[in-house]
Amino acid sequence: MTDPNANPYLQSKKEWEETTLKASLDRIPERQADFITTSSTPVERLYIPKIRDHDEYMARINLPGQYPYTRGVHATGYRGKLWTMRMFAGFGAAEETNQRFKYLLEQGQTGLSIAFDMATLYGYDTDAPEALGEFGKCGVAVSSLKDMEILLDGLPLDQVTTSMTINSPAAIIWAMYIAVADQRGIPRHRLGGTIQNDILKEYIAQKEYIFPPEPSMRLVIDTFEFGVKEMPRWNVISISGYHIREAGSTAAQELAFTLADGIEYVKWAIERGLEVDDFAPRLSFFFNAHNDFFEEIAKYRAARRVWAKVMREKFGAKNPRSWLLRFHTQTAGVSLSAQQPENNIARVAIQALAGVMGGAQSLHTNSMDEALALPSELAARIALRTQQIIAHESGVANTVDPLGGSYFVEELTDQLEAKAWTYFDQIEAFGGVLPAIEAGFFQQEIADAAYRYQREIDTNQRIIVGVNDFANDEPIQIPILDMDPQGYDRQCARLEELRSTRDNAAVTRCLAGLRRAAQGTDNLMPYILESVKAYATLQEIMDVFREVFGEYQEMAII
Amino acid sequence: MTQRKIRVLVAKPGLDGHDRGVKVVARALRDAGMEVIYTGLRQSPDMIAESALQEDVDVVGLSILSGAHMALLPLIVEKLRDVDMGHVLIVVGGIIPDSDVEPLHEAGIHGIFTPGAPTQAIIDFINENVSEQ
Repeated sequence: MTDPNANPYLQSKKEWEETTLKASLDRIPERQADFITTSSTPVERLYIPKIRDHDEYMARINLPGQYPYTRGVHATGYRGKLWTMRMFAGFGAAEETNQRFKYLLEQGQTGLSIAFDMATLYGYDTDAPEALGEFGKCGVAVSSLKDMEILLDGLPLDQVTTSMTINSPAAIIWAMYIAVADQRGIPRHRLGGTIQNDILKEYIAQKEYIFPPEPSMRLVIDTFEFGVKEMPRWNVISISGYHIREAGSTAAQELAFTLADGIEYVKWAIERGLEVDDFAPRLSFFFNAHNDFFEEIAKYRAARRVWAKVMREKFGAKNPRSWLLRFHTQTAGVSLSAQQPENNIARVAIQALAGVMGGAQSLHTNSMDEALALPSELAARIALRTQQIIAHESGVANTVDPLGGSYFVEELTDQLEAKAWTYFDQIEAFGGVLPAIEAGFFQQEIADAAYRYQREIDTNQRIIVGVNDFANDEPIQIPILDMDPQGYDRQCARLEELRSTRDNAAVTRCLAGLRRAAQGTDNLMPYILESVKAYATLQEIMDVFREVFGEYQEMAII
Repeated sequence: MTQRKIRVLVAKPGLDGHDRGVKVVARALRDAGMEVIYTGLRQSPDMIAESALQEDVDVVGLSILSGAHMALLPLIVEKLRDVDMGHVLIVVGGIIPDSDVEPLHEAGIHGIFTPGAPTQAIIDFINENVSEQ
C-alpha cells in the first residue's frame, strides 16, 4: 500500500535516476565526486518540490510582509523603495573623509556609513603611543567632538541616515554625533541612523573589545534605554554576523551566532526593565554577502524566519515590527584577491546580487582594491555603480523574493534554519553567550571552519580564480589611494590646540561625574554627552571606563 | 639523529584584531611540524622582541592588516636586533601594497605574503630560509 502522504515527486525522481540520469552519467561522468557550498555543505544534484500543501506553505513560508517573513519584510519588496546604497568610507583626517562623503552623495549614494581608524575603535586619541602608525588607515580618526564637527560639516543630518561602525566606544561616538545635531538645532527625534554597538561579536570574532563583557553589555543597554527615550528613529545596534563570517565561519555559524547574540541583547534589555516592544523594532542586523550565491540568499531568508519566531514565541513580542529582521549586508572582504584585483569587480557583483535577492534593506559593495589598500575614488565609484546596475538594469528588483519557491533555495533555507536552532541549544548548554565566549566555543568553531576552508584552497579542492588557478604574473595596474602625508601632524596639532584652549576645569568636572556614574548604576549616556560637549577627548572618556571597568584579555586559541 | 623542530613566534602587532589569517597560518605551520607560539593580539614591538628572545625562536611571523605596517614593522626589526635576535627570519602576512614591499625588504623583513598566498608557500619559505642560516 502506498503512503498517501508520500511525496510523489520522490517516486518520479527515483525513476528519473534509473533512466534519464543513468544514461547521462554513463555518457558523461560528473566533474567531481562531491559538490560543496562555500561553507563546505554538500550540495545534491537535484532538488524537488517538498511542500505541496497550501496550509503548510502558509505556515512555514507565507507571503512577503507576513509572519514568519521568509519572503521579506515588505509586501512590495523593492517595488516600493530600493535598498539604501550605503558605502562604508573613512580615511585620514575628518576633512578628507568629509570630502569623500560629499563625493559619494553627489554620485547617487543614499546613506552615509562611517569607518573609523583603529585608534578610534580602541578608544585612543591619535597621538597615543598605542596608536602608532594607525592614524587614518582603516578609517577616519575622531578623537573629539571637534573632529566630528569637521567630519559632518555640510552634511544634511536631518535628511540622510548615518551608519557608524563603532563598537567599544559606540556610546561616545554616538554622543558626538548627537552633539553636532544639537549644535545645529536638529531635534533628536528626527535623527536617523545606526550604531554598530555589537560588543558580543567583538569577543567572538572581530576582537576590538576593550572592557570585560559585563560592563560592555551595560554600556550597550544604556544606549538602548537612551534610544527608547530620545531617539525613536535610531537603530541602537547592528547585530553583526559580517565579522563572524570574515573570521572564517560557515554561513550557518554566521546565522546562528549572530541571532544568538541578538537573543542575549534582548534578554539583557528586558532584565534592565525595558519593554520588548519598545526597543525590539530598533534592533537591526548586518550580514556578510559571500561567494555562494544560493547559500547566501537562503541565509537571509532563514534569518528572517528564525528571528520572527524568536521574538514572537520566545520573548512574546506583540508588535509585528518587533518580529522583523531588517538587515544591512556587505560583500565579503575576505573573498577579495590581491592577485588580478580587477576580478574582484565580478565577485562583488555576484555577492551583491545575492544580498538583493535575499531582501537586504541596505548594501555596501566592496571596492576591487581592498585586498591591497583603502578604496580609491575610482574603485569606490565602480562598486557603487555595481549596485546601481543591479537596481536599474538587471530586473531583479521588479518582483518580490524572485527565488522564493526555488526547490534548492527553499531546501537550503530549511537546512540553515535547522542548524541555527541546533546551535542555540549548544549555546544554551554553556549557559548563554557570555559563558560560551569564556569557554572559547565560538572562537574554536570559527577557527576550525577557517582552517578547513584554507585547506580546501591549498589542496585545489576549491578554486579561487587568479589565485590557485588561472593565475598570471602580470604586475598590478590599478591606482592606490594616496593619503595626505601631513594628515597625522595636522591631527596631532588640532588635539594639542584643543587641550590647551578648552575649559579644562569643566572637562575635569565632567569626567569626575562620569567616573562616579560608572562606579554606580546610572545610565551613562547623559554623562557621556556632557563630557563630549565639554570637548573631553575620546581617550579621556574611555580611560575613565578603562580604570573603572578594567580591560579584557582573551584566551588565545589557534 | 633527531633534528630540532623549527620554532616560530607568531604575533599580531598594532591594534587590528583580524586574526583569521594568523590562526590559519599558525595551524598550518604546526601541521607542517614546526613549534608554534602564538602571542595573541595587540602586541607592541617591545613585547614581540621580548617573546622572541624568551622563546628562543628561529622565525618571527607577523600578521598585520590595518595598514600600520610601515610604522611598526621596521620598529620590530630594530627591537629584535636590540635583544640580539637580529638573526631570526622575519615573515609578514597582510594587506601590503606592492609599493611597500621593497622598502620593507630593505628594512629587514625577509618574506612578505599577501591575501591569497597558499600556506604551503609560507611553509616552504621558512623551511628553505631557516635551514640556510
